[in-house]
Amino acid sequence: MTCYSSHSLAARRRANYSTAPMQGDACDIAFRRRHLLGIDGLSSAEIEEFLDLAAGYVELNRQAEKKRSLLRGRTIINCFFENSTRTRTSFEVAGKRLGADVINMAVAVSSMVKGETLIDTATTLNAMHPDVLVVRHPESGAVQLLSEKVDCAVINGGDGSHEHPTQALLDALTIRRRKGRLSELIVAICGDVLHSRVARSNIALLNIMGARVRVVAPRTLLPAEIERLGVEVFHDMANGLADVDIVMMLRLQSERMHGSFVPSTREYFHFFGLDYDKLRAAKPDALIMHPGPMNRGVEIGSEIADDIDRSLIRHQVEMGVAVRMACLEILARDLGNGPALA
Amino acid sequence: MNVSSTGASRLLIRHARLLDPASGLDAVGDLFVEGSVIAAAGGDLSARARGAETIPAEGLCLAPGLVDMRVQLREPGAEHMESVESGGQAAAAGGVTTMVALPNTDPPVDDVSVVEFLARRAREVKLAKIHTYAAATKGLGGRRLAEMGLLAANGALGFTDGVKAVADALVMRRVLAYARSFDLLVLQHPEEPSLAGAGEANEGEIATRLGLPAITPAAEIIMIERDLRLVEITGARYHAAHLSTGAGIEAIRGAKARGLPVTCDTAPPYFALDETAIGDYRTFAKLSPPLRSEKDRRAVIEGLRDGTIDAIASDHAPWDQDSKRLPFSSAAYGIVGLETLLALSLELYHSRHLSLLELIARLTWNPARILRLPVGRLTPGAPADLVLFDPEQPWKICTDEFRSKSKNAPFDGRTVRGRVKRTIVDGRTIFRLQA
Repeated sequence: MTCYSSHSLAARRRANYSTAPMQGDACDIAFRRRHLLGIDGLSSAEIEEFLDLAAGYVELNRQAEKKRSLLRGRTIINCFFENSTRTRTSFEVAGKRLGADVINMAVAVSSMVKGETLIDTATTLNAMHPDVLVVRHPESGAVQLLSEKVDCAVINGGDGSHEHPTQALLDALTIRRRKGRLSELIVAICGDVLHSRVARSNIALLNIMGARVRVVAPRTLLPAEIERLGVEVFHDMANGLADVDIVMMLRLQSERMHGSFVPSTREYFHFFGLDYDKLRAAKPDALIMHPGPMNRGVEIGSEIADDIDRSLIRHQVEMGVAVRMACLEILARDLGNGPALA
Repeated sequence: MNVSSTGASRLLIRHARLLDPASGLDAVGDLFVEGSVIAAAGGDLSARARGAETIPAEGLCLAPGLVDMRVQLREPGAEHMESVESGGQAAAAGGVTTMVALPNTDPPVDDVSVVEFLARRAREVKLAKIHTYAAATKGLGGRRLAEMGLLAANGALGFTDGVKAVADALVMRRVLAYARSFDLLVLQHPEEPSLAGAGEANEGEIATRLGLPAITPAAEIIMIERDLRLVEITGARYHAAHLSTGAGIEAIRGAKARGLPVTCDTAPPYFALDETAIGDYRTFAKLSPPLRSEKDRRAVIEGLRDGTIDAIASDHAPWDQDSKRLPFSSAAYGIVGLETLLALSLELYHSRHLSLLELIARLTWNPARILRLPVGRLTPGAPADLVLFDPEQPWKICTDEFRSKSKNAPFDGRTVRGRVKRTIVDGRTIFRLQA
């Protein structure tokens, strides 16, 4: 069970909070937690709060003048224990646009190699007085462990096969902007669900928001009792994609390709890769998503990935920066010493 | 060559004892074939079949052609021991109209191209119908999944590593889970290899006296029990091949009672012989799994009688002299069986362990159902794959007369009762016994 610490001084901190510049009215504060560790356990109001705030940032990001000073003086450390380009860059851009100082730490090549434990690293970082830590770690639960040892806010940038909350939020924002809503939509999450933190966060979020969620994969790529998470399970694309509004493809990690989970990329694409033929089962206006990076010709055909009418993949990246700005703002507003003046 | 290709488009077989396990029919009557399918079965069909070629069959049994779910054809790779052609001839002489080859060829059947190659060869040879299993793991290596979905889509009937067990439990779990996604059949050689080791004979007095490295009968039950647990968590269709021990059969019996999607077969040597057959190092009686104790042999018969064992397969394993005329430990495992499958199985009928209809079910309808093939029955509309045989006629097995390229069988000189008279595939006679 994931535990979310909601701090005890919420009232005082709220008093210190000055109105968010992008949103006119912020009286109804929903998210009162210190960290954003996962989607599971959030309320629909909390999720709406992230999405509403992020929606405003989408517009800001399209302007020539993108810089805000909301987080001026704040320090954000991107602490990535696992390789990442897009998520780390997205957080870096988000932090800088809000005026924070952003430091990137590639931990995999520094202290981990020297044998420092995760808790030692947390203690060390904490002593530098960061305001927000963005943490990615290859082990499920590691980000939560680290969050318990620091005084600042922690955003989970992906932990093992557990959660990737900002990805689920950016996916939700992407869908909401195109479909106008999340509730009642049928969403099929296809592919390597077994290893996917993106799938788990999305399953949680879509259920909270009242969407109907399916997973489609061979049994070797589905964890046991996945249906208990609130999904319908399918083992073939024709039935799994029937009448869906959204097709979310997951990345099949190449290190697992040749081996025991699935026989080969050729066979995987034949049965589970998304192409126009399989997409025909979905609603005529069904849209395609992928958290990236894509393996073209493995889980998704190139043509369909680049189809500007159907594919939302590039929108997802754009929404990513806006969502992460919203996350940083929401977590920063509750920091003990108050936000910098806008 | 005994094969006459009459190619009759209309064929009436008169006054045969019709045996159709699918419908329970066991009565004297006519069977009428039009083209490649059965048009009618039972009663007097002479009026309807006016002008058809007539085969008088008084005193003979007419059953669906045998469905042999486990043979090795050695093509591609070892055609000097057996080929699609010679194996097809042997099948025809044995009354076998459908057979399924194991994937342990060279190259192994782990690629769509080999499945297609075998299908093409079978079409060219036009004898018994030939299907193939494909490898469960690439190169039969026991590590990486074979392209089971694509192989099945191109005709592979099931997945197995052939004469080797899938040893690694996690790999086997994934094989079963992946197979379940596509509703495919997984077949196992049920022997724990780490326990069997380099064993050659059943563990016990005989192996001890002969000084042969032994295989404990527990190697079978251990693998079966493990697999059954994996079937429980994956729900895949699982078939254990050539059961040889009472314990293994009891495990399958229990699994069936629990409702698991499990089937199994055995082969004639396991009910016709016991471990004493290896006598003075007779390599023709060297099998994998090894011939077991007399108690196990009786348990096999009981398993066949009560239906725990669904099918009898020949387990046809052709080997040339160079592979068998060797010291016992160096000799290859297995015997040829296509041409003796029916006669040896009929021993169970003559010994009154099984009725004729029950026996025929285990040779035709049961394996056809496991394999989901539309054969093994005398239903109108079904392919006219038939065997006409005399259940009583005594004859002496003479391995030199085998059509198979290989002659390795421990049954040479054995007197048996029950002779195949004619074998028909898709309405074509592919074998007729010379008077």
